Amino acid sequence: MSSARYNYGTALLAGFEHLLENYPEVFVLGQGLWSPWYVGNSMTDLDKKYGLHRIIDTPVSESATTGAAIGAALAGMKPIVVHPRMDFMLYAMDAVVNQAAKWSHMFGGQAGPAVTIRSIINRGGEQGAQHSQSLHAWLAHVPGLRVVMPATVADARDLLIASVLCPDPVVFIDDRWLYELEDDLPPVVERQLEREGPKCLLAGHDLTIVASGYSTQLALNAAGLLATEGISAEVIDLRVLNPFDPQALINSVTKTGRLLAVDGGWSPCGMAGEVIASVMERVAPAAMKKSPVRLSLPFAPAPTAGSLEKIYYPSVATVESAARELVTKA
Amino acid sequence: MNDWSLGHLADPARCWEPIDVAGQNPESLLALLKTMLRIRQAERCLAEGRRNGQIGGPVHLGVGQEAVAVGVATSLRKSDRVFGAHRSHSHVISMGTSLHRLFAEVLGKQVGVSRGMGGSMHLWDQPNGFYGSVPIVAGTVPLAVGAALAAKMQGRGDVGVAYLGDGAVEEGVVHESLNLARMLEAPAIFVVENNLFASHMHISLRQPKAATARFAAANDIPYEIVDGNDVLAVRAAATRMIDLARAGKGPGFLEAVTYRWYGHVDWREDIDVGVNRSAVDLEGWRKRDPIARLVAGLDAQGWLNQAQQVAMEAEVTQEVALAWSEACDDGDPPPSALTSHVFVDRKVSTP
Repeated sequence: MSSARYNYGTALLAGFEHLLENYPEVFVLGQGLWSPWYVGNSMTDLDKKYGLHRIIDTPVSESATTGAAIGAALAGMKPIVVHPRMDFMLYAMDAVVNQAAKWSHMFGGQAGPAVTIRSIINRGGEQGAQHSQSLHAWLAHVPGLRVVMPATVADARDLLIASVLCPDPVVFIDDRWLYELEDDLPPVVERQLEREGPKCLLAGHDLTIVASGYSTQLALNAAGLLATEGISAEVIDLRVLNPFDPQALINSVTKTGRLLAVDGGWSPCGMAGEVIASVMERVAPAAMKKSPVRLSLPFAPAPTAGSLEKIYYPSVATVESAARELVTKA
Repeated sequence: MNDWSLGHLADPARCWEPIDVAGQNPESLLALLKTMLRIRQAERCLAEGRRNGQIGGPVHLGVGQEAVAVGVATSLRKSDRVFGAHRSHSHVISMGTSLHRLFAEVLGKQVGVSRGMGGSMHLWDQPNGFYGSVPIVAGTVPLAVGAALAAKMQGRGDVGVAYLGDGAVEEGVVHESLNLARMLEAPAIFVVENNLFASHMHISLRQPKAATARFAAANDIPYEIVDGNDVLAVRAAATRMIDLARAGKGPGFLEAVTYRWYGHVDWREDIDVGVNRSAVDLEGWRKRDPIARLVAGLDAQGWLNQAQQVAMEAEVTQEVALAWSEACDDGDPPPSALTSHVFVDRKVSTP
């Protein structure tokens, strides 16, 4: 079979279709699943194709639906619970952190809730502080949770499938700002999530830019502009934030001697800080040409005003500028 | 009780009479009695182990509440999915969990039901239908709804059971779970052991009405409120409710009114027992002892004489003592257990 054209949203849809088609124990529950607009184009008509008993739109109960997905997983199903905005998922944190993440270890490996918790970053458009957050670093802090952030069209489909087929609880974080991204995808090949991790998307030698999710696309676009200035950036996409394997980062920074960590979260105790610490622990000081730099959100909740929103989020220009400074400034 | 008081069921001076066993099968009643005795003695053993320092972690004991789990368990099968909470020794013992492995778990030993990683507050025995207990109040309630939903999807007539206390109904997730179970028509049975206390706080200080079944009514779920110290009343209500759930009639809510003789945690009766708890009340509730009342009922029918009762107690005593001694001799988990099973240990193929 030849490749076909997808965007990030339809790639997610293709992932759902693959799972629902091939695995009768897969079902999906969450708010908005019978609505044509709640989750972009990522789940269109799944309810019509697979039935309302497998695509379950729920009451406004993040906590109970997430707990129910965990319970169903313990009973042999492979549920996917969908939170159309990550901010609302905070109601479900007991289910995610105390229950899903802990049951395997707490019961000596006898219980494994193979649940996928899909959490969508949905920000911008003057939606303000409670319709904007990306709390991936919180979740990556917790042992027992796998945290996945697809940044590419291929990963949107393939990491969703790998997440649902994984025996562990997985928080799968996709970003509405990526849904229009396009690519050609080959037919599905199922992967084991345990084998997936940070990946070099662009080779370079002057500096290493590490990012995840939407920030990875910023980094790739910035790298394109930097190349026209004669700066060669290597871009590494984290993809799997927990458990975090920094080896690809270490290899890259050993070569480039410069590290820029870009993150769509806040700096304190955040993913960019974890990236830098993990690398600096393992790269010889002599190999570093400059101190590492992180680029993240201002340490404030997201604003509502459009004028402030424009300067709140990292952009291709701010990534490019930070990278240029890291390479050219003495 | 349409005013949502519990009436005589919450009155420590009432319900002392022998259980009416007329027309019942003596053998099945003796089995219920023996299981209640096993729970009582196992918990007495844990109380002593905690008092003398052999047990390092907290134990939440349910002495006085044995009839609830035993009454419910008679209608359960191994393929059902039962979830508990912090006070769940009775739940697992009623479902057939090995006393040895339960004790080993409380002692943090490798052969424990949770491989020594859970202790008293995190119990697991899926082969017997017990899917897990946790001490986050109401933490397992939505899980039971999901396991019930799975049972419905799997089409085998199994049910999910959530054991919770009167304190748990003060958690928001319980209300979400009741509504969700009703809307999904999940075969979920909510068993509220209403012992009138959440830790130290009497229900009158926490809720405007004592009957938690009012939340079932609010969510259009059928409910029954029973004397939780009458094992036959619990059994009858549980059977009706579980049969309906198996037949596809959706969730049910069973409120069993009972009382714990010990404080919230560990072996003492005199501390941490709370506001509004008096020695007089405790004495009254001791007279409502679910075991003594069943013994009296059996005796009245001539189905259990003094000698038989003594023999049964001796047999259970010996069983408990043997299990405890075996558990004490068991080994600790290896140091590697500290970081094992954080993620599921699946065979990962090479590329």
